[in-house]
Amino acid sequence: MTAESILLRYSLARSQFDLNVDVEVPTRGITGIFGESGAGKTSLLRCIAGLEKPATGKLVVAGDVWQDTDTNSARAVHEREIGYVFQEPRLFGHLDVRSNLLYGRRRAASNGREVEFDRVIDMLGLDAMLDRNPAELSGGEAQRVAIGRALLRAPHVVLMDEPLASLDAARKDEILPFLDRLHAELSIPILYVSHNIEEVCRLCDHLLVIDGGRIVASGDLQKVLVRMDIPLLSGVEAGAVIVGEVVDYDPDYDLTTIGFSGGDLRVPGRHGDAGLPLRLRIRANDISLCREKPEQTTILNVLGATIEAMQEADGPSRLLRLRVGDELLLARVTRRSCDELDLQTGDTVQAQVKAVAVREP
Amino acid sequence: MFVLLIVATPLGWWLARTASRAKPVVQTIVALPIVLPPTVMGFYLLIILGPNGTIGQWWVQLTGSALTFTFSGLVIASCLYSLPFAVQPLMNAFEAVDRGDLEAAWTLGATRRDAFFSVALPQSMRGYFGAAVLSFAHTLGEFGVVLMVGGNIPGETRVISIAIYDQVESLNYAAAHQLSAVLLVFAFVILLTMFLLNRRWQQS
Repeated sequence: MTAESILLRYSLARSQFDLNVDVEVPTRGITGIFGESGAGKTSLLRCIAGLEKPATGKLVVAGDVWQDTDTNSARAVHEREIGYVFQEPRLFGHLDVRSNLLYGRRRAASNGREVEFDRVIDMLGLDAMLDRNPAELSGGEAQRVAIGRALLRAPHVVLMDEPLASLDAARKDEILPFLDRLHAELSIPILYVSHNIEEVCRLCDHLLVIDGGRIVASGDLQKVLVRMDIPLLSGVEAGAVIVGEVVDYDPDYDLTTIGFSGGDLRVPGRHGDAGLPLRLRIRANDISLCREKPEQTTILNVLGATIEAMQEADGPSRLLRLRVGDELLLARVTRRSCDELDLQTGDTVQAQVKAVAVREP
Repeated sequence: MFVLLIVATPLGWWLARTASRAKPVVQTIVALPIVLPPTVMGFYLLIILGPNGTIGQWWVQLTGSALTFTFSGLVIASCLYSLPFAVQPLMNAFEAVDRGDLEAAWTLGATRRDAFFSVALPQSMRGYFGAAVLSFAHTLGEFGVVLMVGGNIPGETRVISIAIYDQVESLNYAAAHQLSAVLLVFAFVILLTMFLLNRRWQQS
């Protein structure tokens, strides 16, 4: 238990499941809380906020005890310095956007963590909306205001409960860059609940996987993603995240080359100037393996890889964990191919990879 | 009427939010004045508020004077009598306040009290409007309770409705006409103003 972490230990009986967690998360960066609907993600956030009265347990944020059932102490909701972004914006309809933004700020104790009003307005692009009524805003705009309102409350930790879930794809794409900016520019830790693995891969640094009210995995995003023993992360969306750097851009073919410790990858589209760090997500279904380096193939990226581990599975396919340079990838291959190629742990193979850039940090 | 709204606010809030088993009982008690003849209400109030009644005795000890046949007693009786007409619209309005909005207010640092005044109250203005109109109309027209508890003391507890009754009893129709017209115009103007305001709100 250090000052740089948040300790979460909660029990809460619900009708569909019992929430039972005991985990520490870092007070920096974005921690994703990933799981299916009804797994207890929202309940966990509500426990942290103090909105679940019957919850018992212990909550320590950066050394401050916020709740401890053993000593019968619990801060009331308004005494917990959190910025809560709900699934719906929950803006106050009787106030204009500016007053909504200032609602929490007016009530915040000065604690040295104030975020400048102008900076939040600028970061979230709220300038043109200040004098409007919440009812006049689009869903995406309203959610940006809600995020700004939570930040201006000068929180110790921001809790985001699927802030993009109620928005269509276009609105999501409108908000995601703002979340990237928060991540890059602010030092406030964010707990980000989501059931969308793409969002998690783009935004988060750490990952908690929650299933049936229990934490089934927690740790560094890249490391958790390549575990093969978590059913939630080994389905169709199984995949890894690697970090590379833009090498160059080929305007003729509209391809960007990204270098990382295991070689070069070409991804569609333009992704910034040379030297820019970039996150790539590579799905297990987008990797195929060959014994020999293929001579003629439509796949642009072929990387030398070592098989580090193989999933024991009886189904038609299994997951393989590959080491490519310093990075780990997951590949899904049929069990039949595994047998025909006689793939074993420790073998060297050629991995044909389709990669997608997910974020320009 | 302001006294009434202040009393009705916590009651309406509690009724709108509570899951308590006492809720139907409290609702029934609040609703009784709608059903009971005013004279029944007035009779019980006369006994309770009188110098020998529980509340009346306590009031005498506190202030040295009795409640019955005074203006204060009249106010208390009127409040009780019009309570359902204030509580019901307030309760409906409070029920319409989204719990999510309150939760958001709490997480933004507002105490429960603060959240009530800064979020629930402003969002329930329509309810207050309804409560004000209904209870005003009802109080203006009441007769039986006032006569029982307040008596008919000029300058003290004589209300217009009773004054009119007196004039008619003594066959003084001219005065009755005057007072009735005053009451009619007054009620019309007040209600019209309120409904006009309401329409303004709806449009904005």
